[in-house]
Order: sequence, then structure tokens, then C-alpha cells
Amino acid sequence: MIAFKLAYKNLMGAGLRTLLIVFVLSLAYVLIIYMNGLYQGWDRQARIETIAWEVAQGQYWQDLYDPYDAMTLTDAHATLPASLEESAAKGKAAPILVTQATIYPEGRMMGVMLKGIDTRQKILSLPTDILDPEADEITAIVGTRLAKSAGLETGDYLLIRWRDVHGTFDATEVKIAGMFKTAVPAVDQGQVWISLTKLQQITGMPGQATLVVVDSAPEEGASLSGWEFKGHDFLFKELEEMIRTKTVGGSIFYIIILALALLAVFDTQVLSIFRRQREIGTYIAMGMTRKQVVGIFTVEGGMHAILAVVLGAAYGFPLLLWTQKSGIKMPEGTDDFGMAAAEHMYPYYSVALIIGTIILVMIATTIVSYMPSRKISKMNPNDAIRGKIQ
Amino acid sequence: MRNGNIITIEKLSKSFPIGGGEFTALSGIYLTFEKGEFSGIVGPSGSGKTTLLNILGSLDTPSEGQTNVLGRASTQMNPKVAAKLRKQHIGFIFQTYNLLPVYTVYENVEFPLLLLKKTAAERKKAVLEALEWVGLTDKIKSKPSQLSGGESQRVAIARAMVKKPDLVLADEPTANLDAENSHHILRTMEKLNQELQTTFVFATHDEKVIGYLRRIIRLEDGKVVSDENIKK
Repeated sequence: MIAFKLAYKNLMGAGLRTLLIVFVLSLAYVLIIYMNGLYQGWDRQARIETIAWEVAQGQYWQDLYDPYDAMTLTDAHATLPASLEESAAKGKAAPILVTQATIYPEGRMMGVMLKGIDTRQKILSLPTDILDPEADEITAIVGTRLAKSAGLETGDYLLIRWRDVHGTFDATEVKIAGMFKTAVPAVDQGQVWISLTKLQQITGMPGQATLVVVDSAPEEGASLSGWEFKGHDFLFKELEEMIRTKTVGGSIFYIIILALALLAVFDTQVLSIFRRQREIGTYIAMGMTRKQVVGIFTVEGGMHAILAVVLGAAYGFPLLLWTQKSGIKMPEGTDDFGMAAAEHMYPYYSVALIIGTIILVMIATTIVSYMPSRKISKMNPNDAIRGKIQ
Repeated sequence: MRNGNIITIEKLSKSFPIGGGEFTALSGIYLTFEKGEFSGIVGPSGSGKTTLLNILGSLDTPSEGQTNVLGRASTQMNPKVAAKLRKQHIGFIFQTYNLLPVYTVYENVEFPLLLLKKTAAERKKAVLEALEWVGLTDKIKSKPSQLSGGESQRVAIARAMVKKPDLVLADEPTANLDAENSHHILRTMEKLNQELQTTFVFATHDEKVIGYLRRIIRLEDGKVVSDENIKK
């Protein structure tokens, strides 16, 4: 208690120097929470959007399917197992057939993934009910990103060419029946969605699919011959790695701020111990052990972090709350990051993040306060009492 | 404690390493102090009086020989025991006052009681009493920077006396004071010595201080050259 009281009095006595250090430390708090909150919010949003638009509660992949190897698509299709067929009929699964194709918008040539999906599905947010599997002409839906890059509008006709199951090229015009706007580029960029039955017809793969999206994960250990279940752990691995990479990159900024603040605390401690030798000697003469005096100076340095919490809360709390409510507008180029990113990013400040940050900064501040204070334990109290520099 | 003495010094020597050799600050000291003494170690600069005072205050240890201060032998003293001895039984008064600059007069005097974990009510009573002894009850809220030298030293006396220690060690307490202030604080200490039976040991070469002492121990080159009781 004495240590805290004395530390508080000394810090207040230091005036502007204390204020500057406390301000920089508070900035470190706010920045760490803001940056991590932004990435956590992004991660959270990306997960929600990706579940809604792409992966649902998991996917069954045909054994040969590898989304990173386009060559596998030629053979990565098979008839659905009975259980998946049954689930699809009940609306609990949505089979998707994937094949490579080429579109020719305005005479240009673009490689795309042509995907057939059950038009009755409700598992994914894709507006598949727009597609008419009974119509003579083939109808398609595309995302706004592809529409923009290919110059497409609803109602346009688009020449599309594909290879059937025997490797024979075929082509036809499809009508753009509708567009959808999504934060998930994986279902938009370079993707053309048509009815599953139509795609099965034109490729000669009736009853077949490449992957099946499900609305609930199967029990552990349940497996289907020729199909492998991919859960969230697997499907979000890439997203998590990307977020981690971005978090590390973003952390450099606040590490510099934190390092500056810690340097200021360290410097203040060194100066303080140098200037206050007489005071140190007096504490010892009055009956404090050297360890206790080291404690007083460590608490004093560490108290910068406590005051910074108060200051940081004063301006950081409303600021962070505002960013959480109104969101941060993301630049248009964010789509190029290759991960789900909405127009507005809403940071997510969890209690664990806030408490973790406070603990991190407090521990770091206490360590840099303790380091120079150790010198006290080697001081000669008689010289210290007389203010003799040691 | 032996034979009613609160301090016993036997064959005490103290040396400091200097350069490649050693400097002997104290050599072959034998002394005893009884409770309630108002005594002084007197000698020129470099005679070893501050070193002796520091050893008595357990701020330093002998190189040879031993001391026994308030029943604690120097041979059995570790830093923790020494700190406890100072905290509970010894008050210090320094030449440069050594008040804590961020604390008020009241808080400076209260500090030793905080270390002794006294209750707030006990602290308040004792602090006001100590400030009354030194005549500074009107400066309770002042900071050390707002006090004169004499007032600062009176605060230091109050701080040393507030816990009613058995022993007060005063190192050149009047060195920075004018004659009037010197006499004022010496009269205060003399009064406290008589009223509370606190043992005072001074280290000084100030004639004004010497005039108040009832026992004068003269040191020269680290050796006791005379030890006389003065009848008042």
C-alpha cells in the first residue's frame, strides 16, 4: 500500500513527463486492442459469411477433388452415395458439380469454374431459386465481382464452352438470370452457377457431383466410401493462416509504439534512481530492506501502465465503441486479398482481448521498471543517504 | 544488552578498500552507551565518526570486532534483521534532512509508522504529538520545498522521534543551520531526551552541538582519544 501511495505521489510530482509516458502507453493499449479487434472482427465476419455462402457446416469432397489442382476436376466427380442423396432430397445437403469452362464476354476469353447446384437448396445463401432447371435455355447466376470484370448485366446472354465427360468440347449461350452480392470471393470471382441437373445433362454426368455441402456435420467417425468429409477445422485453415499473417504484419505498428513507451519508462526509471539516491538511502535508514525499495521503484514504473489504462479507457472506450458500431469502410481492393471481406469491417473487441492486452502491457512495463531498479540492491546505503552518485 | 548498556562496542575496526590498498576508518574501538545518554562522537572530518554512527545504525558492518545494539549482535545481523532493528528501535537525523520531497510534513512524519503498520488513528495521534514537540503543527500540509532549513530539520526530528525509538543517531544535524535554528533544534532534542529517555548519539564537530552534550567521545584517525562525561 505504501509503495502504491508513494508511487502515485511521485508520478504526479513528475507532471508532464508522467503524462507523456502514460499517453504513449495508453496509445499502445488502444492500438493493440483496435488492431487485434479489427482482425478478430474480420475473422469472425469472414467465418460467418463463408459459412453462409460457401461451406455451410462442412463439405463432402469426392476423393479426387483438390480445389488447388484444376487438373483433378476432370475425374473428381461421382454418383452420390445413398445417404447423401437422401439428405439432399430432404434439403439437408446441397450437391455441387464442378467443371472447368470458358466464357466469352464481349469477345474476350475468360476461364471460369462452372458449378451446378441444386436449385432448391436453402443451405447456402446463393439465390439458386432464380435458376430454372426446367427451362429450355440455360440460366445462370453470377456474383457482382465476375459481373463487373466480365461486363455482365442481368438478362445478358453469355457464350460458354465446356468439355463433357468424354472430353468433347461443347458450347452454348446462357442467360444471366440474376446476380448476387457477397463478401465471399470464392463463390463469386470466376464462378458461374447453373442448375445441377442442367450441368449434369450437358456434361453427361447424371446424378454425379464433385462436392456436397451439408447443414450439419456428421458424427465423428462416420465416413462414406469415395467421399471425405471436410469440417470447419480444415476448411478455415487457410483463412486462419491468412488472418494470422495479417495480424503479425499489423502488430509491427503497435509493437513500435509499445517499445517507445517502454523505453520511456526504462529511461525514467534510470533517471529516477540516479536522482533519488538520497531518498533510497532514507528508506533503508527508516527500516526498509533493499528488496522493499526495489519494489517501490518497480511499482512506481509499473504504475504508468495502471494510469495508462485509465487514460486509455477515457478516450479509447468511446473511440473503439464507435468503430465497433459504425464499422470501418474497407477499400475496394480488399477483394484482392482473396478472403471474405465485407464493405464494412466491424471490429470485435472481446473481453479476453482487452484483459489480455492490459496484462501484456502491465507485465512488460513492470519488467522494464524492475530492470533498472535492481541497481538499488547493490547500493551502499551510506553513500545513498549522502546522495553520492553510485 | 549487557550491564544495562544499550550499545556495546568491542575491538571494532572498519576498513574500506581504496585503489589497490585499504583505508582504515576505525581501529580498536571499545565503547558502551547507556539508556538515556545524550552523547556525541566528536572529531574532525575523516576521523571516522560517521562510519561509527552507520555501524551503530546497522547501515554498515564492522570489518573486525563486534557491536551489540539493543540486544542484536553485529555478528548475527543479516539485512532483514538489521532493517527490522532500524524500523522498530532506531531513528535517524541527517545533515541534509532527507525528507521525502513528494510528501507533506504530516506524511513525512507518518512514514515510519506506516512501516510499523500502525492503525490510522494511532498514526494520527503520534504524528500530531511529534509535530507538537517540534512546534510545527501549523505546517502539516506543507511540502519540504516550502520549509526553511530549520523547519526541515525539525520535521526530520519529528520523523525520527514519532515511533518513540530507543536510540536516535544524528549525523551533523546542525551543519546546514544558522545559530538560532541550531540552538532551537538542539533544545528540542535535549527536551525529548529528558522527557522520553531516548538515547541520542551525535556525530559532530559543531561547537554548538558539543555545548549541549553530556558525554563527549573524541575520535582522531579512527581511534578514541578521549571519552568524558560533562556535568550539567
